[in-house]
Amino acid sequence: MQVIVRVTDLSKQFKNLTAVDHLSFSVNEGDVYGFLGQNGAGKSTSIRMMLTLIEPSNGNIEIFGMDLAKNRRDILRNIGAVIEKPDVYKYLSAYDNLQLFARLSGIKPTRKLLMDQLEMVGLAQRADDKVKTFSQGMKQRLGIGIALVHNPQLIILDEPTNGLDPQGIADIRNLILHLSREMNKTVIVSSHLLSEIEQIATRVLIIDKGKKLVEGNASELLDPSQTIVELQTLDNVFTLQQLKLSKWADKIQGQRNNSIVIKLDRREIPALHTDLAGMQIQLLSLQPRHSLEDYFLQITSGNQHVDTYSN
Amino acid sequence: MLTLIQIELYKIFRRPRTYIAFGAIAALILIIQFGLKVDGKSYADFLMKDVGGSMEIDGNIINGYLICYIMLQLLLVHVPLLVALIAADMISGEANMGTLRLLLSKPYSRTELLLAKFLAATVYTIMLLIWLAILALFVSMWIFGIGDMFLMKSSYVVLISQNDVFWRYAGAFVFAALAMVTVAALGFLLSIFAENSIGPIVATMSIIVFFTILSTLNIPIFNALKPYLFTTHLISWKEFFDLKVNDANEAIIGSIQNPQRIITSALVLLLHIVGFVGAGILIFNRKDVLS
Amino acid sequence: MYKILFFVVAFQFAVFAQAQDMTSLVVKVKAKLDQVNDYEADGNMKTDVSFIKAPIGKVKIYFKKPNKFRLKKEGGISLLPKGGVSVNMSSIIATNDFVALSAGVSVVNGNSCKVVKLLPINESSEIVLTTLYIDEPNLLVRKAITTTKENGTYEMEMNYGAFAKFGLPEKVIFSFNTKDYKLPKGITLEFDDNEKTISEAQKLKNKKGRVEITYTNYVVNKGIADAIFIK
Repeated sequence: MQVIVRVTDLSKQFKNLTAVDHLSFSVNEGDVYGFLGQNGAGKSTSIRMMLTLIEPSNGNIEIFGMDLAKNRRDILRNIGAVIEKPDVYKYLSAYDNLQLFARLSGIKPTRKLLMDQLEMVGLAQRADDKVKTFSQGMKQRLGIGIALVHNPQLIILDEPTNGLDPQGIADIRNLILHLSREMNKTVIVSSHLLSEIEQIATRVLIIDKGKKLVEGNASELLDPSQTIVELQTLDNVFTLQQLKLSKWADKIQGQRNNSIVIKLDRREIPALHTDLAGMQIQLLSLQPRHSLEDYFLQITSGNQHVDTYSN
Repeated sequence: MLTLIQIELYKIFRRPRTYIAFGAIAALILIIQFGLKVDGKSYADFLMKDVGGSMEIDGNIINGYLICYIMLQLLLVHVPLLVALIAADMISGEANMGTLRLLLSKPYSRTELLLAKFLAATVYTIMLLIWLAILALFVSMWIFGIGDMFLMKSSYVVLISQNDVFWRYAGAFVFAALAMVTVAALGFLLSIFAENSIGPIVATMSIIVFFTILSTLNIPIFNALKPYLFTTHLISWKEFFDLKVNDANEAIIGSIQNPQRIITSALVLLLHIVGFVGAGILIFNRKDVLS
Repeated sequence: MYKILFFVVAFQFAVFAQAQDMTSLVVKVKAKLDQVNDYEADGNMKTDVSFIKAPIGKVKIYFKKPNKFRLKKEGGISLLPKGGVSVNMSSIIATNDFVALSAGVSVVNGNSCKVVKLLPINESSEIVLTTLYIDEPNLLVRKAITTTKENGTYEMEMNYGAFAKFGLPEKVIFSFNTKDYKLPKGITLEFDDNEKTISEAQKLKNKKGRVEITYTNYVVNKGIADAIFIK
């Protein structure tokens, strides 16, 4: 499998803020690469560096096997992007905007190509209407149409579902799946919402405060045999003692937020339940999560990493 | 590059804002022309009162040539605003609209993009001046006819023969174009720093007004500065309308009193344009786009 | 006492006789000019006034008795000394109500002339005093200095050629005093100091203005429509 994007030791320092901190990751051909992080985690800064909008303070970006700093033009010709809000020229029609950006991307579009593109994003009926009359969802679709019009190899969508209603979110999700599965595109999609990513991503990167938290295949991170269970009991010390004496001992991950963390196969949960009852443990809650969700929860709730926790 | 310029021009001329300037110039000029057509006589009397007791002007000084001069004198103070309206918006407007990041992630270098944008702004500026020339010169010539051009300067008056005027206007408009492109370059440079268009537009105008005041003030301490202020050179188009005289104090037809001043001013303005645009490119190439 | 009386009477008589003499001379000159009912002529006009930069211009001059005068410049605009050019010889002597006094003889451009002071009798006349230098044999006014109430004094010097028989000059030089001319730079929107060269600065100081008109192609007494004189 070919590596499309390879980011090595990338950092960006704004005056007093380290937005991206020695970040490395790679995107393979055909991936739907989920780029997860809270607002301000450094997703947008990273994406902007990949599009040469922001100059990295340190590190290297390689796309399509070429150094971005040296082969900017050749690389950008093959990228389509929606960067945050899908802003276009409001005083122009959807068709005119699409045509303009198609030309900027180096192609000479025919009317048919443009109309097909608008058809694909569901805007053919509104082709000649000025964008200022469009809803947020329509603008988002137009933005994606613009990102795709020159048939790029790599598509970067930065928070594409921001401001969309549930139907709009579902539409975008289907579109991404369509691009990946039927058109064989590589897609990088960033979001601060796990729910958007976990259903479509083949690989996931979670960053927090500019640093990589985890990168992995979605299949692994979502693997039911790697389920994380958080136990809350009346007496955690006693519970831990009891567990360490049981067959669960080697599955204990540690403790965090007043919970005991155990990693197990989802199917083992009933057995755990039964054992806990047998050990006279007064259980307050038992919460299973797949590991992606668990990672994500760490950055959204208090950021307290488990000391013994490792990847 | 050509595609970029085409696209930039397309964007300029598809915006309603662009036509404000053309409309404003047309309105101003037509109003002045209307006023002079209706009541030109009293305006002429008012003008000629100042020539002093000893001389009398015979003939109608209010002809197309003089009217164009008056209008240029008035309008070239305001045209910078109209130029700034577009030029100072070239980058900041895109930043404000949010299109800049998309534009800059296209396979063109920032230098190319800036040059294309600046050239487009230049084309706009020149078209504005052509529009001005059509209305202020040709329409005035048509409405008021042509004739000798009688000009009052601060310490002397100039009478330019009818046949000696038109080429001076050609020169004056070319020079004015250069002057306005300088304004455009300044606005353009400032537009790099902002993410809204009002700031750079106001800043461009403020700088021009401020420097113009310095240029106008006759205070010795500022006089030394004057040659270095580009605003001093913006109005050198007027030099086209001054004649050399021979020893017998006859004005020489086809001559210019201070051709050197026109050349110097043109060079100063060119240097400013290169400086402003060059600085813009340097700064913009290093700028992180966060809008 | 008698002596004195005699002297006074004799003097008065002498003055009267002289005045009679001068008056008849002026009347003769006027009669010569009166042959001309109208004329038109082409001319070249040169303006030499310190604060005026004007090229030599082509003009057309029209005159019709008694005092219609029009100078039309090609291109439409001419700068003339106030009240000056339009007061041509004919209109200076148009009136019969004057007192003419002899003021001796003088030479103008090699022509010896009688100097005649012309005082209008009419109190409301714009002209206060005119001094004429009359070439008696040819009945031509070679030079005239006119002092007006409003417009100061100007001098006309005339050279004659082919149309001397009508008393029409070939070249007229008007000289007159000019006043200062200055407009604030704020009005003219001139920013830079116009540092004048020394010679130019001196020219500007010269307060004597001159307008020179050279006449050619006289057409005399062929009739001119009044419309031409309406500005």
